[in-house]
Amino acid sequence: MLNVTELTGGYGSREVIRGVSFQVNKGEMLGILGPNGSGKSTLLKLISGILPPSSGAVVLDGKNVADYTPRSLARQLAVLPQLHAHAFSHTVREMVALGRYPHQRGLFSSWSAEDEAAVRNAMHLLDVEKYEETLLEHLSGGEQQRAFVAQALAQDAPVMLLDEPTNHLDINHQKELLDTVKKQAIDREMTIVSIFHDINLASMYCDRLLLLDQGRLVRFGQPHEVVQEDVIREVYGTRVRSHPHSELPKPQITLLPEVKREEPEFRIRPGDLAVSAEGVAFQSRKPMKTVSSAVINAGAGWFRTFLNRRIPADYNCPDSEEEMKEYVIQEGFRPTETVGMMTAVRTEGAVVREYTFAAGTLVIMVTAGIGTATDVSRASVREIPAGTINTWVLINGTLSEEAFIQAMITATEAKAKALAEEDVRDQLTGTVATGTPTDSLLIAATQQGTEIRYAGPVTEAGSTIGKGVFECTVEAIRRYRAHRQDSDE
Amino acid sequence: MNKIGAYTAACLLLAAAVFLGVTVGTVDVPLRILWNPGADDPAAAILWDIRMPRVVLAGLVGASLAIAGAAFQGLLKNPLADPYTLGVSSGASVGAVITLFFGLSVPVLGLFTLPVMSMIGALLTMLAVLGFARMADRAMKMETVILTGIIFSSFLGSIISLIVALSGEELRQIIGWLLGSVSMRGWPYVWMALPFVAAGAFLLWLNRRELNAMLFGEERARHLGVDVQRRKFLILVGGSLLTGAAVAVSGTIGFVGLVVPHITRIVWGADHRHVLPLSFINGATLLILCDLVSRTIISPSELPVGVITALIGAPVFAYIFIRQRQRRTA
Repeated sequence: MLNVTELTGGYGSREVIRGVSFQVNKGEMLGILGPNGSGKSTLLKLISGILPPSSGAVVLDGKNVADYTPRSLARQLAVLPQLHAHAFSHTVREMVALGRYPHQRGLFSSWSAEDEAAVRNAMHLLDVEKYEETLLEHLSGGEQQRAFVAQALAQDAPVMLLDEPTNHLDINHQKELLDTVKKQAIDREMTIVSIFHDINLASMYCDRLLLLDQGRLVRFGQPHEVVQEDVIREVYGTRVRSHPHSELPKPQITLLPEVKREEPEFRIRPGDLAVSAEGVAFQSRKPMKTVSSAVINAGAGWFRTFLNRRIPADYNCPDSEEEMKEYVIQEGFRPTETVGMMTAVRTEGAVVREYTFAAGTLVIMVTAGIGTATDVSRASVREIPAGTINTWVLINGTLSEEAFIQAMITATEAKAKALAEEDVRDQLTGTVATGTPTDSLLIAATQQGTEIRYAGPVTEAGSTIGKGVFECTVEAIRRYRAHRQDSDE
Repeated sequence: MNKIGAYTAACLLLAAAVFLGVTVGTVDVPLRILWNPGADDPAAAILWDIRMPRVVLAGLVGASLAIAGAAFQGLLKNPLADPYTLGVSSGASVGAVITLFFGLSVPVLGLFTLPVMSMIGALLTMLAVLGFARMADRAMKMETVILTGIIFSSFLGSIISLIVALSGEELRQIIGWLLGSVSMRGWPYVWMALPFVAAGAFLLWLNRRELNAMLFGEERARHLGVDVQRRKFLILVGGSLLTGAAVAVSGTIGFVGLVVPHITRIVWGADHRHVLPLSFINGATLLILCDLVSRTIISPSELPVGVITALIGAPVFAYIFIRQRQRRTA
């Protein structure tokens, strides 16, 4: 649909864009990215024919853009530049109706039913119908921006160029506007080329991205080919981390601030964990990077408060998550920074130990109840009575993503081994159990001090975790059994 | 629809102004003359030979200046632009004064030599002012354009003064004319101005939608499919035709092109499809009324009508200026 070959041009003798080539297919959405001054807007002006190129060509639908008359070009190509102030008052409708200019002909250029339908539809899509008779100047920046997009849509051109369409918009309107634009690309096979400031938005919405740096094309391809940590660092000169979008197969980036408040290092010691009949509680001085399978705030995140709460054996609550949150608040903690687990086991029997290895130290906490021990290889759906093994591994060190996952595997393996060591059996099958159906595991790291890249069993950190979890679990099971015997007698 | 209401109101006002213009004056003219044209009555002579051409001429001049002002304002996105503030009227005056001074008469043009020369003076001044303003400030800020217009106005004004000083007794009457007046012109002046007014107004009306688009900036207009260079030139020619014609028959009458479009926009919105024709009608009404005031207020002697328009226009100018500044800083 749009073919750009070896495009070079700029203002007067100053060449801003140098040798840029790319193509956009019908119905595709292309995002143009680049740091300030990289020539994004200039590229858009060269494509739209406002600036004549000094060499190279822009071919739209098989015809060079320079060979179109202004009116016929406007029927093929709608452009939305950045918002500017204006001196006179127009109503939204008058402004949107201007988009029909290239379609009107003749001395009186009568307003056709088609014109009316296009304007109505555009206003409806951008949700500005209710402002139809309102003066533009009385609208907020975001509403004005939407009205301008409506004008470009009313133009009914198969190709649309946008210059930072989400400027001035709050996140909801950013999303709605880009959803609307994207819908045009999908439903009406509109071809869209848009400048983006926000790399994440561009990655989410665009089929392909084009990265400019100092007027040259650095990368052109699908988002995962362009949004890469090293590429972004190279072009924008800033450190970023990339991570997957939680719902879409698109990469997202996070900025890494260079300036942080100097904080004294802190080290977690076994004594920091408060063990009581109520449960086990640990309040960290700073948020820790955490991966867990807890009742509240499971998954990955940064948390300060860790609770292993004791609940009565007959605890039965339809919404245990909500009930747990209420408990957290009642205990004086904040539910948004708390990871909470539950256990019916006597928490005074919690095993808390410190382990040291060359790169740092770690604290392990285990509570074990094995009344419902299960052999995972023979597990079946069954009635679940209380009883669970909760494990915390709190590490003084900086863990990589990989190390977190390896730590979870290592800890799980160590737990299974401890159950085998203690000959804990699945009461239904009579085979050696590997855990209980409700076990929770938490790995948390201070993310300070030594970097721990790997935590598999052959690394020092990994073997320490394995040994520690194994020992603590064995001890916790013994305490559990000892207590059971005491109470049985 | 309220647009029909707008045109009805404007036309009724114009009719009222014409009625007052022909009836009120030092000599009372009874209206029955109108449907008794054959009557050999001195009142009929006053009505048809003096008052009517004067009212029609005032109307034409007011309409021209107002529609030209509306177009200039749209083209430059500058609510303070009008033939007077841009110096275009002065340019037209220079054209006219040169024609009178050298007694120029181009054979083909005949009677129309004067308005044609005025028009050329207007167009050249317009181009010079815009070129100069662009050189001084690429963004063509409102203040820059107006300041440039004032500089050109005073420069051209001194050229006129020079020519007048060099000229004999006969040309001294130009001074009165320069102050702006539509008195004692008669029908020939009406016929002289009419074709230019009609052509200029038509030209601007043809560009009404382009003017709407250009209000959002030339780049935006281009994206909407407007052939900006060509349309801009046509609008400048149209505005110059109108200004040239108005100045040739009445001298420099200021602020009509500022006041009328401004009020029209406030009442009926900024859409040029309506601003242009409504300004045309309302401009005629305003100048007929101003002329009426100028010849009755210190009766039996007369004030130049330009004095009245300036008395109204300058405060409106100040008001718009302050409003625009506040709007930009808000």
